[in-house]
Amino acid sequence: MNNQLIFDIMVAIQIHNLTKQFGSLTAVNSLSLTIHKGTIFGLLGPNGAGKSTLLSMLCTILNPTSGTAKVNGFDILTESEKVRQSIGIVFQSISIDDRLTGRENLKFHAMLYDVPDDKIKGRIDEVLSLLELSERADDLVRTYSGGMIRRLEMARGLLHHPHILFLDEPTIGLDPQTREHIWSYIQELTRKKKGDLTVLLTTHYMDEADLLCDEVAIIDKGQVIVRDTPGNLKQGLQGEKIRIKMKSPEILASLLSGNPRICKVLIESGLLEVQVIHNGNIVQEIFDIARESGIEIEHISIHEPSMHDVFLYYTGEEIRKEEEDNFTSQYRKMRRRR
Amino acid sequence: MNKEIKAIYTIWLREMTKFSRERVSIASSLVTPVLWLFVFGGGMGINVRMGTMGNGYSVFIFPGIIGMTLLMTSIRSGISIIWDRDFGFLKEIMVAPISRISIVLGKALGGATTAIIEGVFILLLAFIVGIHLSIIQIILVIPVMFLISLGYNGFGLAFASSIQSSEGFQGIMGFIIMPTFFLSGALWPLTNAPGWLKTISYCNPLTYGVDVMRHIILGEGQFLLPADILVIICFATGTLILTSHFFSIKK
Repeated sequence: MNNQLIFDIMVAIQIHNLTKQFGSLTAVNSLSLTIHKGTIFGLLGPNGAGKSTLLSMLCTILNPTSGTAKVNGFDILTESEKVRQSIGIVFQSISIDDRLTGRENLKFHAMLYDVPDDKIKGRIDEVLSLLELSERADDLVRTYSGGMIRRLEMARGLLHHPHILFLDEPTIGLDPQTREHIWSYIQELTRKKKGDLTVLLTTHYMDEADLLCDEVAIIDKGQVIVRDTPGNLKQGLQGEKIRIKMKSPEILASLLSGNPRICKVLIESGLLEVQVIHNGNIVQEIFDIARESGIEIEHISIHEPSMHDVFLYYTGEEIRKEEEDNFTSQYRKMRRRR
Repeated sequence: MNKEIKAIYTIWLREMTKFSRERVSIASSLVTPVLWLFVFGGGMGINVRMGTMGNGYSVFIFPGIIGMTLLMTSIRSGISIIWDRDFGFLKEIMVAPISRISIVLGKALGGATTAIIEGVFILLLAFIVGIHLSIIQIILVIPVMFLISLGYNGFGLAFASSIQSSEGFQGIMGFIIMPTFFLSGALWPLTNAPGWLKTISYCNPLTYGVDVMRHIILGEGQFLLPADILVIICFATGTLILTSHFFSIKK
């Protein structure tokens, strides 16, 4: 086997210099990215960073201005039908027919994706029980809650056994409990399929990126800024933050300021805040220095960098919560229609 | 190919499932044609006596009222794709591994089936206005209904895919349906109509559709039957090709 072949076997999505322009706006700017099979990959970025545009091109509903990509080994430009057959999609906004029952929606999908007739019923029952929807399967979707609709959409995305699952903001507008449920479904799924299911998701929830994704890419202004595991990204930031509570922190601050393993010392609202370069026995060292100078430490806490810090570091902006996301506003609209 | 036929069938089936659940809207869409046939036809009929309408006014307008039923139902179901787009479902169809032509055909066939069912309801009222239809007449008129419905479904779909929002939905219905109906020779013989009215009506495909049905149901018509049929076939083919083209455009 030559190297190219081995590469193809391991790669789920390969994006090469992909560009999309809308008039004078460049939404995706010569973006290249390789995503390995069997991983849960997160695309992070501020609003308008180009995540959804990228996803639309990968699922062949939008043509790129230049560049191309291969999804499951098929070219998005010349083999779009094979790409479509290989992928399952959960859109950011609702894409279910609320005038049909859950089961009818799934049957419709199975037929469109040419699932063999004798397998349809079994597959539907399988995904319904996987996402715990069996009991309500024969009710009209308009009676479902937001979380149930999301689960139904996820069930539908898996029905034709796709190799790649695209999730555009999968837990937007859902309550924390439902979000955690959905994360565990996604993780369980990829584990069960043992490398045969790759998940590509966009999110602007940092905890989602941290807890769910094997790897993330931070995207800003249509380009990949950095790509790594959440763990490495957090470690890559300069060390931990240590907060120390004591009387008159100024003395300890001046003692620590010259230390080569500490890069920043500041006093904020009576607390001494120390930014550490390297991990190790620095906490012990701080204690020793304090004891030698007769300073009594009342309380000490260590803060590891979060994905929020990582995001802030690379994009220079806080991730904003949209005023009202697509999912919620559409759900409301659906309710109003009755 | 087999897969595309399955896709067309699937999209058709969805339209049918939804249609079968909306009994109230089926009944309500029959109200307008029934009013025209009995109230307008009856009220005007007493006062209108013309040589060209030997059998009475209600009989004369009967094929036109069927045309109107087909027109209304077809355009409404064609345009319903705006709802699909607005409520997100269209995306599910658009990313499926099926051709755009299958989407358009499935949708148009579903709408046409709906229109035919409603058309047949009106057709069955023929005896009330004193028309006695044979089985053969009914069998002949259904394919004609099908062609007319397919054409106006395609028209509705083309229209829907070229407008952006659903806000003008009701307005569009009023803009298209009533003018098309009034300018189709459904309510009066075009032979005696003023020149401007004649000219516009001759450009209206529904004119020829109504004329075919008048040929079959009443045994009289203004144009030659093959010419009529050719026009409605061309109209249906044209609108479906146009719509398929609109659907294939990717941004």
